Amino acid sequence: MLKANSVSQWAVVKQLIRRDLRVASRQRSDLLNPLIFLLIVVSLFPLGVGPGPDILGRIAPGVIWVSALLSSMLGLERLFRDDFRDGALEQMLLLPVPVEISVFAKILVHWLLTAVPVLLITPLLALLLNLPLQAWGVLWLTLLLGTPVLSAAGAIGVALTVSLNKGGALLSLLLLPLLIPLLIFATAAVEAAVAGISPAGPLALIGAFMVISLTLAPFAVKAGLRVSVN
Amino acid sequence: MLLEAKQLTSVRGDRTLFSGLDLFVNSGELWQIEGPNGAGKSSLLRILAGLLPAQHGHVYFSGELIQNHLEQYYQHLLFIGHKAAVKPELTAIENLEFYAAVQGVELHEPPYEILAKVGLVGLEDIPAQRLSAGQQRRIALARLWLSNAKLWILDEPFTALDVDGIALLHSRFAEHLLAGGAIILTSHQELITPLYSVQALQLRYQH
Amino acid sequence: MWRWLHPYAKPEATFSLSQKLLPWFAIPAVVLTLIGLVWGLAFAPPDYQQGESYRIIFVHVPAAMWAMAFYVGMAIMGLIALVWQIRSAELALLAIAPVGAVLTFISLFTGALWGQPMWGTWWVWDARLTAQLILLFLYLGVMAIYVAFEDERAGAKAASILAIVGVINIPIIHYSVYWWNTLHQQSTVTRAITRLEAPSIAPEMLWPLLLNIFAMLLLSATLVLMRLNNEILRREIHRPWALAYLGISLPSNEASAENSAQQDSKAAGGKHAI
Repeated sequence: MLKANSVSQWAVVKQLIRRDLRVASRQRSDLLNPLIFLLIVVSLFPLGVGPGPDILGRIAPGVIWVSALLSSMLGLERLFRDDFRDGALEQMLLLPVPVEISVFAKILVHWLLTAVPVLLITPLLALLLNLPLQAWGVLWLTLLLGTPVLSAAGAIGVALTVSLNKGGALLSLLLLPLLIPLLIFATAAVEAAVAGISPAGPLALIGAFMVISLTLAPFAVKAGLRVSVN
Repeated sequence: MLLEAKQLTSVRGDRTLFSGLDLFVNSGELWQIEGPNGAGKSSLLRILAGLLPAQHGHVYFSGELIQNHLEQYYQHLLFIGHKAAVKPELTAIENLEFYAAVQGVELHEPPYEILAKVGLVGLEDIPAQRLSAGQQRRIALARLWLSNAKLWILDEPFTALDVDGIALLHSRFAEHLLAGGAIILTSHQELITPLYSVQALQLRYQH
Repeated sequence: MWRWLHPYAKPEATFSLSQKLLPWFAIPAVVLTLIGLVWGLAFAPPDYQQGESYRIIFVHVPAAMWAMAFYVGMAIMGLIALVWQIRSAELALLAIAPVGAVLTFISLFTGALWGQPMWGTWWVWDARLTAQLILLFLYLGVMAIYVAFEDERAGAKAASILAIVGVINIPIIHYSVYWWNTLHQQSTVTRAITRLEAPSIAPEMLWPLLLNIFAMLLLSATLVLMRLNNEILRREIHRPWALAYLGISLPSNEASAENSAQQDSKAAGGKHAI
């Protein structure tokens, strides 16, 4: 090969992150809508099952997590959809860095933009559903560790469906079964905290999911993108 | 030899677009891929860029298989496809600054001069979504002035350009070729220019 | 290896291979299924606890076992298809998916039928049933993504990737579902199920069960082979070997046009090397 230009991989990734954040800052409604959806779904439950604080407190961990899963499905498509339409995705594959690294950067940005707001309003959700105070911290921890899994697994689904017109419903069909373990352990951790038992076991497992999905997902995403851009 | 493609075969669906295709591109050469719609021009460019796997055959860049050295290859490649890859939320300047940075070109000041060259004076700070398709295309083509890539692969670079734009592109091509670069492009129209000579590769529509 | 796995030569070779294998699967499948079912349903003794209704295990257990195994097989095909770009493996994946999905569905359906007399309810959130339900979702996802793509090859690749991601996930899903089940075991129903699953089974029941398990494998494999052959023929319908196999002779002028077109493409290929 010819002598390469001097551009470090880190510089490229930094530019990618900067551009994505800048683009996101100019289309804020896209980011706000899933958050509002989450709030609405959570507040539908007291209306559906009755406002009794006992029952609410008991179903709160599950309700919050199921709602978080569903609302994350709404915002996932923006991971690659716009980039696919305007051709930036193709150019991302042509960057002088391994595609996995660029994909990791995209996942990171998506997490920052979608999960951090959720983490910020978590106390509000816990309050609405009357979750016992001693479980708030654990709920927050499960979301902190679990949302990267959503972004990483979501990236695989979006990579596979981005070239399809009717990708939205399909995306949920593909992803939700894969995310069931996350749901199980996250709610179990919170329920353990409610019951005053140590939630360390399920929390550790969620942490393991996070590590595994963040390391393996970029490879699957790369394969998916190569199918989708052609 | 900058780029070699040996015995390429591409199949889309049930149809073989081309088979056993050889292409040798030297520094200083401009190759035009010709052929009717559906003959596989874009597929060929995408194979050469490593975006699309060929059913058979290999592509070598300065003697090495591109699949094995994609990141190094992309240090030397500028590919502009059908889609302009201009982010509509960003201004022309922001779009160009991004591409300059990832291509390892250092900008000491915002690339106003280049935008002026491609006829976007006064439109530098407007989000690209408010510009016309032709103007967005010009932003993408402005990357040609911000690149020190050896090899350019351009899919229909002349579409949506006016006479001035076309002339400008010709002169930039000539500069690049003179500096030892190479260009592979597709175009529906004949390239008539005294600035450089054109090698042609004819693809035929196969049933 | 690469030459040997030539993507064009392969479907034809696969076709003739699976065509040869087909009778070796089909005939024993029919015979053993008949023997197994008659044995299990008519001659095996009734269960002292469950009476006659236990007999559904002769369908339920084989279906449940192979439903999972076929998913793994499908994912392996997907991996082969992706890594070595082998078309036959793509087609095998597509052939396996609906068969596996139907097996999963049969196991769920018979599980529900069994549940009604045993536990008085059609569905309980038992760990096995739940895991099987999720497996059905995974199968549906693989099939759905394939049909969503207009380009069949892209669809097959996407399905391969999804099958692989799914198979990595299956142990995790299983573990989590079982763990979840023990965690939430307040109902007497689920506790009753775990008790019933005591692994003591009389040999008069075990032998027909094993036979049925084997017969179900042969039957499913036969269906996969038949689907694979259909799929290959459908894809290759324009190629001479497929036409010859089907006994279709094109009108002679068309056939020669096909021929000359192929020669043309070779000639054109030569011309490219300017």
